[in-house]
Amino acid sequence: MHGVSAMIAQRIALGIATLFVISMLVFLAVDMLPGDPAEAILGQSATPASVAALRQELGLNKPLVVRYADWAAGMLRGDFGRSLANDRPISELVAPRLGATLSLAALAAAIALPLGVLLGILSTVHRDRALDRVASTASLLVISFPEFFTAYMLVACFSVGLGWLPAISLPNQGGFLETLTMLALPALTLSLAVIGYVLRMTRAAIMGVMGSPYVEMARLKGVGPFGVVVRHALPNALSPIINVVIINLAYLVVGVVVIEVVFVYPCLGQLLVDSVAKRDIPVVQACCMLFAGTYIGLNLLADILALLANPRLRRPRHREARA
Amino acid sequence: MTGIAALRTAPLSARIGLAIVATYLFCLLFAPLVAPYGETEIVGGPWAGGFWDPAAEGPATLLGTDHLGRDVLSRLIYGARNSIMLALLTTTLSFLTGTTLGLLAAVRGGLIDQALSRLVDLVMAFPTLIFALLVLAVAGSTLPVLIGVIALLDATRVFRIARAVAMDVAAQDFVEVARLRGEGTGWIMRREILPNIVVPLATEFGLRFCFVFLFIATLSFIGLGIQPPTADWGSMVRENAAAISFGILMPLFPAGAIALLTIGINLVIDWAAAGNHGLSDER
Repeated sequence: MHGVSAMIAQRIALGIATLFVISMLVFLAVDMLPGDPAEAILGQSATPASVAALRQELGLNKPLVVRYADWAAGMLRGDFGRSLANDRPISELVAPRLGATLSLAALAAAIALPLGVLLGILSTVHRDRALDRVASTASLLVISFPEFFTAYMLVACFSVGLGWLPAISLPNQGGFLETLTMLALPALTLSLAVIGYVLRMTRAAIMGVMGSPYVEMARLKGVGPFGVVVRHALPNALSPIINVVIINLAYLVVGVVVIEVVFVYPCLGQLLVDSVAKRDIPVVQACCMLFAGTYIGLNLLADILALLANPRLRRPRHREARA
Repeated sequence: MTGIAALRTAPLSARIGLAIVATYLFCLLFAPLVAPYGETEIVGGPWAGGFWDPAAEGPATLLGTDHLGRDVLSRLIYGARNSIMLALLTTTLSFLTGTTLGLLAAVRGGLIDQALSRLVDLVMAFPTLIFALLVLAVAGSTLPVLIGVIALLDATRVFRIARAVAMDVAAQDFVEVARLRGEGTGWIMRREILPNIVVPLATEFGLRFCFVFLFIATLSFIGLGIQPPTADWGSMVRENAAAISFGILMPLFPAGAIALLTIGINLVIDWAAAGNHGLSDER
């Protein structure tokens, strides 16, 4: 197992390096503004006094390296600085919203991932029959829709038409059941797209294996269609499936941004969008780092799990032979 | 594939897709002729009824009016110009950049390939929407910034594909012959490799267009893309979003217009990709 742990260590190092470079990019974004960043952020309301104050606030008078070191060190301690818009500590703004974002993503994942994989497996078992066709058409439709279209369709059905679920989601109101009702529509919206992707990729991964001679062999010796897929094809398709599942998890965490706007759900994405509109750069930077960190972390996890699930991937040779 | 003959054997799904795309193109080209009212013309009260509500007062509108009393159908038709043209421009830009750099990396290899590939890896490690939001926060949401940042982000995906297909071609003998003949990098990229990868790249163009189109619509929807009063489907959904709580389904029309076009393009791509074994599995 030495080779595998070395490769995993290498992936983790690469992930940390990526995060480091990304953090520099996010930090430097402010300095990429043409001219003086403080003047550019203030725009028309730039008086010499307010520019000087903002320069002080952003620490622009210090050298770049010192500023980056301060910012990065603060972030590692959980101190993201202060918001320009309302001067509150960013960590205070972010912490409750991060929880709300993650619980929404987790709920959507809990619905979508098992369902997507299961439907993908069933599609291959019943391939080219009614279930497969319906699933493949429906999933193509769902992944073609912009998220907000799916969201408003669901609102039109369940809130306006049937009146079952609220059209706007406010977290932390009432007990567990109320929270679940609040989250139902946003979670369902997110789930639909993810189910579509996972279903298609699961089906594609298993179908890729179905053509191999050993599957033919299993079929010839009389294994039923379900057994062929689950016992013989699935284990070899596991690695790409794990990959897709976790990459969709990463999509979920980022995809919440749009959904939060639809359902006016006050969490991290909403904060990010508002801060972009207000050009509250420190908050934008903090949110970007949180999203990027989660995204990179999940992608790293996908890499490692795919590596562990597939013995063939442990040989570095696959890079050249992937044509 | 020869145009009309291929069309005759096309499955139903591809024909539906082609019909959808053709309708959109028609609206795009002849918007002033097709649209019953002007782009910003106010024709009645806010959120007046359409065909489902014949008793509604005011002028006859097929799909009703929006929050300012403008005709929804006319704005949808004019919106086709802005939404589709912008996405088309952005995709073209990203393809020019991505394909050029991808071919360059494949032909030259070595340090250039390494540098470009690592740069692309880095940008791809960052979630697209978050990257775009960061840039829009810093540079402000103007049309050139919007086009530039989306084209740049999308060019990374194009680079990956272009490089991968070009690598296969670049390893073949006729390219080696061209090299030995003393042809320059530019010649090899344009005359030897590009003609051989046009088909998979065309399929990819359709996919990327869908992605860019949805991306711009999403940014407009969260209020950071195309700015009013320009008619654009994403912004139309945003401006009228409040109506849905009152049971007025108007926001569904522009959102549906977006969804329908992506479905149409996807159906056409599915058919085209099945025909030429392109890179239909890449995404």
